[in-house]
Amino acid sequence: MINYIYIYIYNTLVTTYRLISMQLITYEMLMLQPPPAKYGGRHTVTLIPGDGIGPELLNHVKEVFRFSCVPVDFEVVHVNSALESEDDINNAITAIRRNGVALKGNIETNHTMAPSVKSRNNLLRTSLDLYANVMHCQSLPGVQTRHKNIDIMIIRENTEGEYSSLEHESVSGVVECLKIITRNNSLRIADYAFRLAREKGRSRVTAVHKANIMKLGDGLFLQCCREVASGYPDITFDSMIVDNTTMQLVSKPQQFDVMVMPNLYGNVVSNVCAGLVGGPGLVPGANYGRDYAVFETATRNTGKSIAGRNIANPTAMLLAGCMMLDHLRLYDYASMIRNAILTTMNETRLHTADIGGQGTTSEVVQSIMRNIQSKGPLTTDL
Amino acid sequence: PLSIAPNVSRVVGALKKEAPQPRTFMRGIQTVTLIPGDGIGPEISTAVMEIFDAAKAPIQWEERNVTAIQGPGGKWMIPPDAKESMDRNKIGLKGPLKTPIAAGHPSMNLLLRKTFDLYANVRPCVSIEGYKTPYTDVDLVTIRENTEGEYSGIEHLIVDGVVQSIKLITEQASQRIAEYAFEYARNNQRASVTAVHKANIMRMSDGLFLRKCREAAEKHKDVKFTEMYLDTVCLNMVQDPTQFDVLVMPNLYGDILSDLCAGLIGGLGVTPSGNIGANGVAIFESVHGTAPDIAGKDMANPTALLLSAVMMLRHMGLHGHAKKIETACFDIIRDKKVLTKDLGGNSKCSEFTKAICQRVRDLD
Repeated sequence: MINYIYIYIYNTLVTTYRLISMQLITYEMLMLQPPPAKYGGRHTVTLIPGDGIGPELLNHVKEVFRFSCVPVDFEVVHVNSALESEDDINNAITAIRRNGVALKGNIETNHTMAPSVKSRNNLLRTSLDLYANVMHCQSLPGVQTRHKNIDIMIIRENTEGEYSSLEHESVSGVVECLKIITRNNSLRIADYAFRLAREKGRSRVTAVHKANIMKLGDGLFLQCCREVASGYPDITFDSMIVDNTTMQLVSKPQQFDVMVMPNLYGNVVSNVCAGLVGGPGLVPGANYGRDYAVFETATRNTGKSIAGRNIANPTAMLLAGCMMLDHLRLYDYASMIRNAILTTMNETRLHTADIGGQGTTSEVVQSIMRNIQSKGPLTTDL
Repeated sequence: PLSIAPNVSRVVGALKKEAPQPRTFMRGIQTVTLIPGDGIGPEISTAVMEIFDAAKAPIQWEERNVTAIQGPGGKWMIPPDAKESMDRNKIGLKGPLKTPIAAGHPSMNLLLRKTFDLYANVRPCVSIEGYKTPYTDVDLVTIRENTEGEYSGIEHLIVDGVVQSIKLITEQASQRIAEYAFEYARNNQRASVTAVHKANIMRMSDGLFLRKCREAAEKHKDVKFTEMYLDTVCLNMVQDPTQFDVLVMPNLYGDILSDLCAGLIGGLGVTPSGNIGANGVAIFESVHGTAPDIAGKDMANPTALLLSAVMMLRHMGLHGHAKKIETACFDIIRDKKVLTKDLGGNSKCSEFTKAICQRVRDLD
């Protein structure tokens, strides 16, 4: 009996110690400075064009930034997805380590190649330990959708879970794929979610899981979320099973506020939410790590079928650029460009084909730049 | 004309190795094992039996209980009379079963699945005219592998704080489900089959699944085959569900997607579902819960179980009766005069059932 008491006390102490050390680490993170501006107040950011619509959209981002005199220089690093060697992606990773911030398009994964050729995007995320993928889905007044008034923040664990890329074929015809859930990463992502919720003034965090079936794995994730929740009494915490979540999302998405979940469910839920607010061309996404941040579109589409035809929607990539500017603390530039984008979207209703309009990408970008010129303090020639 | 022999092989989606099983056949009446279930199960089963009676469907019901018992050696199993009835009749209709939390035995659904090797879960999602959702014109079928994948239940605690869950994909199971999907598409005049996967991340496991789907596609050239990533399917499904026809996928994606599609048409209270097993066994079920709070109060909605029973009739080849009952059910929902509480009305379950019975008789 006495032994059990000792064990209980020990466990409590260990948990408290862990929570305190998490708090210390997060204090550090709050104080995280973006990389110092070099060469006369200009930042350098790594740009990875990727495949499909990535290159053209990123060109538009560069155009808009140059036009608005944003003090950011882009260091372009190409990654060739057709090659088997990992030199390209390693160069990109080194460049991001050097600059601290990146803006990227999606790199295609050809799954007919050998399984040892891993997904480049995944490699980037795990090497840089970008553990939190944040996506903010908001209904835009200018876009027609079936559901209105959606405002959901999705925080998805970005490095482990089903995406551990650990597979083996022990017997011919039987393949095992490992899904890894660790206490550290689950605590980390839960803490990130609650801190972000507090920072943005949100009242509720929902954990999405499948712990009734995967009792140990998702059970651990849920337990970590509950532990962290106890440290944030001002924020309500509840949990929901992933299949019920998707059902609720398509019938009543307004009930959700902030959602936190492991990797695969994050993939499903973020794509469902992006579809609910109007499609992949509208939502930006960010991947945050302790030291690095990489910005991209939220649904990470390559868009091969619409590449090169001037019909892709530049909104998501431009908004991702604005998120990057916020991260670099260039808030004025960010709001200026963001307002121009939203004005184009909501007032002039210049829409591309994916949201039901007939505009081309260049028309939309020109309209945004005209908007910036009319409101902004200083621009280069149109 | 309902000649039985061609129906057996066509309708069961039989694999070539199986010989058509002889059916219990008494004056044209087919016997079906009925498992009422718990909670609202008994009321909705009674409702379905009444409606079938009114439609004069050639079905005779054999009621069985499947509460788990502990067999010799301590292994949990379903009662032998239930198993024997199911093996004899081959077709079953099941209401919702509750899983007691601390009973010591695994979930009943899992037990049934293991006992009869129910490898395919088929869920047709068709928009119900009269039950408005933001999505209209949904007409798709999700076919989900039901035995392995992420739900193998193999988990280990490697070191303190690190848990590993194993997702198992085997060649045999993938082949079986792929073949079934194409057979289903062929038998039900569906134009295309889409394989849903995440082979860009899970290269070997989903890669194996995809290869088997491609092989099955080769053997069924009359059905169009496409493959799509899970995230793309989710994205497109909530924007335009009309572009999908038959979807085939491993266990976890199937779980999420089939519930997503159920949400599109109005929830689990109106969605039918069928489980196909090896040896020609098929169990059709309602997938909602037991709703203990409304059990016994005559408030339940029998639509899900009724539509599953209609699916069962189609599976057996009794298309005429299936169409009659389905039309009656949709007509009553469209009229909006007699609806249960969850459909937005105020009527009792018995009133709803009587209205459908009356409509069925009128359609004759």
